Amino acid sequence: MNRLRSLLLLAPSMLTIGIFMAVPMLVALAYSFMTSSPYGGVQMPFSVGAYVQMLYDEDFDGVQVFTPDYLMIILRSVVLAGLTTLACLAVAFPAAWFIVCRPPRQRQLLLFLVSLPFWINTLIRTYCWVLLLRDEGLINHLFEGAGAIDEPLPLLYNDGAILLGLIYTFLPFMVLPIYSTLERVDHRLIEAAYDLYASRRLVFRRILWPLARPGVAAGALLVFAPALGSFLAPDLLGGGRKLLIGSLIQLEFTSGRNWPFGSAIAVLVSAAVLIAMLVQARRGRSAAELAA
Amino acid sequence: MTRFAKLLLGAALGLAVAAQAQAQSKGELHIYNWTDYTSPELVKKFSEETGIKVTVDTYDSNETLLAKLKSGAAGYDIAVASHDFVQILSREGLIQKIHAAKLQGYGNMETRWQNPAWDPGNEYSIPYDWGTTSFGYDTAVYTKPVDSLKTFYEPPAELKGKIGMFGSPTEVMSLALVYLGKPQCNSNPADLKAVSALLEKQKPFVKLYNSDGIQDRMAAGETVAHQVWSGDFRRARAQKASLKFLFAKEGGIAWMDNMVVPTHAPNVENAKLFMEFLLKPENSGLHSTFSGYPTAVKGAEKFTDQAVATAPEYLPPKDWKYTFAPSCDEKAIRAYDRIWTKLRQ
Repeated sequence: MNRLRSLLLLAPSMLTIGIFMAVPMLVALAYSFMTSSPYGGVQMPFSVGAYVQMLYDEDFDGVQVFTPDYLMIILRSVVLAGLTTLACLAVAFPAAWFIVCRPPRQRQLLLFLVSLPFWINTLIRTYCWVLLLRDEGLINHLFEGAGAIDEPLPLLYNDGAILLGLIYTFLPFMVLPIYSTLERVDHRLIEAAYDLYASRRLVFRRILWPLARPGVAAGALLVFAPALGSFLAPDLLGGGRKLLIGSLIQLEFTSGRNWPFGSAIAVLVSAAVLIAMLVQARRGRSAAELAA
Repeated sequence: MTRFAKLLLGAALGLAVAAQAQAQSKGELHIYNWTDYTSPELVKKFSEETGIKVTVDTYDSNETLLAKLKSGAAGYDIAVASHDFVQILSREGLIQKIHAAKLQGYGNMETRWQNPAWDPGNEYSIPYDWGTTSFGYDTAVYTKPVDSLKTFYEPPAELKGKIGMFGSPTEVMSLALVYLGKPQCNSNPADLKAVSALLEKQKPFVKLYNSDGIQDRMAAGETVAHQVWSGDFRRARAQKASLKFLFAKEGGIAWMDNMVVPTHAPNVENAKLFMEFLLKPENSGLHSTFSGYPTAVKGAEKFTDQAVATAPEYLPPKDWKYTFAPSCDEKAIRAYDRIWTKLRQ
């Protein structure tokens, strides 16, 4: 009886995950092993061509040659997503600790402010950065008005602008999980450390950081995974001069009319994220066992 | 069942029958069109004249239209498709022959738009409106006369780093092929290499590749030259008078949007009525004013907002060469995709 009850209670969330996550991923997996139809879509026969294309592509003469293009795109995306994660961590950790140390009412307000950007559409927020950063934008106008520069600074349409856009978009995803772990830290531990003549650095390293690690790990995944597949910031702030995985997938599903290849890249990204999550979960479990 | 419930059921049934009868007597028309492309005023006028109830559904790309018609569960009577997709849709059997040349008012159409290459004899389609693709630039920044696309592919110092290109590979390739004087939908290795080399050489001077927000960028001076559609550029020029649209000596790209009737359209006769309605100059002008693009109907300009009817972007020189880029086969598309990824890797 009890078991049936828990099954019933679990059913809605399992169904949601199954329908909205597992099924689309399986569809993508199936598509990635098929052949593209002339006007988009897929058809039989079964083929591993999409995966081969990541490394070996036909050149204009129809010869299969090794192409580093897609590897470069994947590498650049991973590096940018990694930098985004590190930068978010560097900003979010002190911010979360600051919030934890405020009185409860201020805490509520500050948390509300952190989640405030979610109330506005990401596209609009990203486009606002274009208006701020462009040659005729607010920042360049301010500097020019102050006489600091003669020529507008090239702030937009480069990797730096993409990085800024990614950090800005995903920062709240890092602050919230770190906050939730730091909030539960027993402050008496810190007092005890100080009593034992620990330096501030040592307190951070031996007490705060280990206790915050689950939150940091969760935040890192929440930032890294979407940053890896993001295509709004790269297209708007990067000016589409360089492709990232997200824009590449989008391209293959639209004007490229190569759904199997788009699916194959999507499967690759999902697999990478899934593996990272599994490793994380296992490490979390062994840490918990150790603590027990 | 209580009496009350029986009464209620009877009333509901009666209402349903009445509603159906009404719908049948006046008829319906379901239009599937690009977003912001159907004039509400025009639809209202059509409904008032014919008593036909019109519903409009919208989409954002030809691919969406294709997917929707392919899925079979559409129920649309009229769809609006680009000229290259008219070919695809007819080849796939997704639209039906309407013999547009027999429609009342077909003769109102300018002769140059009758019997087009993508639909010989206008069997499947009738033009909706049209435009061209070229480069536009700011004559206040680059003051020398321009007659060639070369100015933008191999730009002078004033334009370097301030050029905007479209964000879609097919459109970037098709204009590059016009500049190089090569055929469209090209899969000739030598030509493809030439296109690739041209775009690679141009890239250091390109500020961004994006088809959205061109109007704003040109008006703000963010870019001083941009690959652009005539209609977008007209709006940008309205904000900044020094902007000029180039009708290059090499020619340019043109496109035509067309009304077609899906194979399983429930109200074919009403669809034809709507087409005949739009072939009248006064209605065509009403549409042109709303969409901001010229139509194919003679004399429509008299009923069109003068800012649209007399826009220099819409009045190419008589001998200007324009190419209607056809839909390319898989081989060319794949090659374009390769040039495009290589350019942006």
